[in-house]
Amino acid sequence: MDFATFLIQLLNGVQYGLLLFLIASGLTLIFGIMGVINLAHGSFYMIGAYLAFSLTGLIGNFWLALPAGVALAVLLGIALEWLLIRHLYRRDHLYQVLLTYGLILVFGELRSILFGDDVHSVAVPALLNFSIRLTDTLSYPVYRLAMSGVCLLLAAGMYWLIARTRLGMTIRAGSVNREMVQALGINVGLLYRLVFALGVALAAFAGMLAAPVASVYPGMGNQVLIISFVVIVIGGIGSVRGALAASLLIGLADVFGQVVFPQIAGMTVYLVMAAVLVWRPRGLFGSA
Amino acid sequence: MAEAALRTEGLSRAFGGLAAVSGVSLECRSGSVHAVIGPNGAGKTTLINMLSGDLAPSGGRIELFGEDVTGLPPERISQRGVGRSYQKTNIFLGFSAFENCRLAAQSRLPSSMRFFRRAERYHEVNAAAARALAAAGLGDRGDVRAAALSHGEQRQLEIAMTLATAPRVLLLDEPLAGMGAEESARMVALIRALKERHAVLLVEHDMDAVFAVADTLTVMVNGTVLASGRPSEIRASREVQQAYLGEGEAHV
Amino acid sequence: MEAPRGLRVLLAVILIGLVLFPLVGERFYIQYATKIMILAIFAMSLDLLVGYTGLVSLGHALCYGIAGYALALVGGHAAVSLWWSLPAAMLVSALAALVVGVLVLRTAGIYFIMVTLAFAQMLYYYVRDSEYFGGSDGIYLDVRPTLSLFGWAPVDLGNQLHRYYLTLALAVATYVVLRSVLRSPFGRVLIGIRDNEPRMRSLGFPTFRYKLACFVLAGALAGLAGYMTAVQDGIMNPEQLGWHRSGEALMMVILGGMGTLAGPALGAGALMVLELVFSIWTKYWQLLLGGFIVAVVLFLPGGLGGVFARRRGGADRG
Repeated sequence: MDFATFLIQLLNGVQYGLLLFLIASGLTLIFGIMGVINLAHGSFYMIGAYLAFSLTGLIGNFWLALPAGVALAVLLGIALEWLLIRHLYRRDHLYQVLLTYGLILVFGELRSILFGDDVHSVAVPALLNFSIRLTDTLSYPVYRLAMSGVCLLLAAGMYWLIARTRLGMTIRAGSVNREMVQALGINVGLLYRLVFALGVALAAFAGMLAAPVASVYPGMGNQVLIISFVVIVIGGIGSVRGALAASLLIGLADVFGQVVFPQIAGMTVYLVMAAVLVWRPRGLFGSA
Repeated sequence: MAEAALRTEGLSRAFGGLAAVSGVSLECRSGSVHAVIGPNGAGKTTLINMLSGDLAPSGGRIELFGEDVTGLPPERISQRGVGRSYQKTNIFLGFSAFENCRLAAQSRLPSSMRFFRRAERYHEVNAAAARALAAAGLGDRGDVRAAALSHGEQRQLEIAMTLATAPRVLLLDEPLAGMGAEESARMVALIRALKERHAVLLVEHDMDAVFAVADTLTVMVNGTVLASGRPSEIRASREVQQAYLGEGEAHV
Repeated sequence: MEAPRGLRVLLAVILIGLVLFPLVGERFYIQYATKIMILAIFAMSLDLLVGYTGLVSLGHALCYGIAGYALALVGGHAAVSLWWSLPAAMLVSALAALVVGVLVLRTAGIYFIMVTLAFAQMLYYYVRDSEYFGGSDGIYLDVRPTLSLFGWAPVDLGNQLHRYYLTLALAVATYVVLRSVLRSPFGRVLIGIRDNEPRMRSLGFPTFRYKLACFVLAGALAGLAGYMTAVQDGIMNPEQLGWHRSGEALMMVILGGMGTLAGPALGAGALMVLELVFSIWTKYWQLLLGGFIVAVVLFLPGGLGGVFARRRGGADRG
């Protein structure tokens, strides 16, 4: 592998990893803080991509479509938590699994009704639709670099939110002891609604961001779902830091795996997970 | 003099830098009750967890009837004749009281890898369970679901399950926790009856109960043994009074 | 844990119906019913793990698919006798479960779920990407196993009706065997492990051994279902090893009612029948099925089978 190819794969791996981070961080927050296993998370990613497609078509501007899409995703998250998810907190995890599996079917079919089953694409916004030169022969799309940049910004934002604000402190406390937080007068129901909405918004935003490069197609949610769970398990449930580390690890492993070990390309991710769990049974940053 | 049923030598356990238990040596003989008392945080729970195999010691030695059992997992320790009851009630809430004991007694079968005969048909197991229930005073409550028993009865079931495994050594972790006066008196009578045929190590906060049944007393403070001896000696010791008993009458 | 009486009565009625069904049913529906019964076997084997022992596996399709592939490889072109090929296939599944179990049973909770998934996915990718196993197209079976006794061959597995009744017999046998095992001392240990594993250990049970034995038994029965899938469909493809298959089975178990054995069998039937019925009504059947599932979770706390449970004071399992 020559340097140029290596650099491209590295950039791809990091970009993929950072995108995974957006998705996985939402998932790990929902699982770690609310104790809810959300199988529909991949569907939110898909919804984001389709929102990008339809809103860009409606509004005509990708940049305006983004905040509009996020707002809709937040509303969806709030509605879902209030209508369905909050009834599951006291029940066995497996019922959450089953209900969110039902949601996968529902969202998938709604998408089919509203948008059909074709593959769509979203144009890369004109502002970023060019490449920069890396070497004499190779250049890299700026939009992808921008994606990575945005994800990093969001990662920093999340760190600030969780480590430095009162809301973040409440979130962390709520994950450790729900009853105590309630006893302190904090509205745990509202907290969970916010966390869930945040998780949905992150996944949807990731979908919107990825739409110009990944294309918008029916099965995109399912693929991302499994990888997200692998990521949060490797990173440690509930740890956003862990999600970042694991996402990058998996992003790079997947991209390089396909180039270096094409015969076992699909397996790479699972081998990495098995290896990490053998070394650290609770994930990289997981607590007991 | 019979050898000690249970003996520890310099037993220690550290968590990171914190020494929860250091250098505890004690002996427990058949036919007697050895009580371990001390303020909260003294290391009593860590000690009993090491004795039952739920926690591995960092140092020291545990001997059961002369054999070294240090660091063995809980199932092996149990099979060597040790029964442990828990401070926080640790029963099978979904089963009836009888089924709790039956399952406990089933552990004494050479192997439970038996697939084709109904569990209820093992009469010796059923008999052992019924005996254990009766010994713990729950003889007529067998059919009640464990979750539906009163707190005191659940504590009794804790003991019954332990008895159903036919142990020679009993490790009782605060059996009187949360009990009212009448229930406590019953539990004390039970422990007194049990000591005849077992070596009993009792961790307790209830001083009245301790002085009523204990033959030997060990006082632990900050993970080490402050004093050890007969109850009358311990009561008289100024050291102990200052460190522990003097801290206001321990609640009954 | 016994299934509630009402549920068992329902199952008995369904059984009678299944025996008589081919007299009136069309070929397509007989095929579909055979598929359902195979999945019921698969679901019951998973219930042993999930409902009775508390081991939630998302990789159960590994043992299922491996047996089917074993038959496809060995008996796909030249017919083999069922008498040895079925036990052999189940043995392959059992061995796979043994190997995976030893590696995986040290973990618990979500980590266990993911590691079981990982192993199944690794096998999936390996099989899908390898020529020997027919790649993503899979392997066709041109012939079916033979079932003959001293030269007398009343059962021809090339005949759909015969396949139907054989599957029915095997499903009933699976239920009966599992029921018996669950009432045995072994079964009691499993239930105890699910309820409170640390307590079981402190009572003297070497729980790892029992979990492993359970894993192997469940794997062998999954292999039975996988073998019959190869017999019924005449083809094995990598999707039979994939997480969709494992996930679908898990949904059947939860939907039907975990830890009742009859529930998951019912769950398999319910999911498959509803899929068929809804898809006849509308092209967008997944919407209805998803909605149904959501409704069951919200309004039927014990799954479908839970409908028959008598009201108790105080939650069973939360």
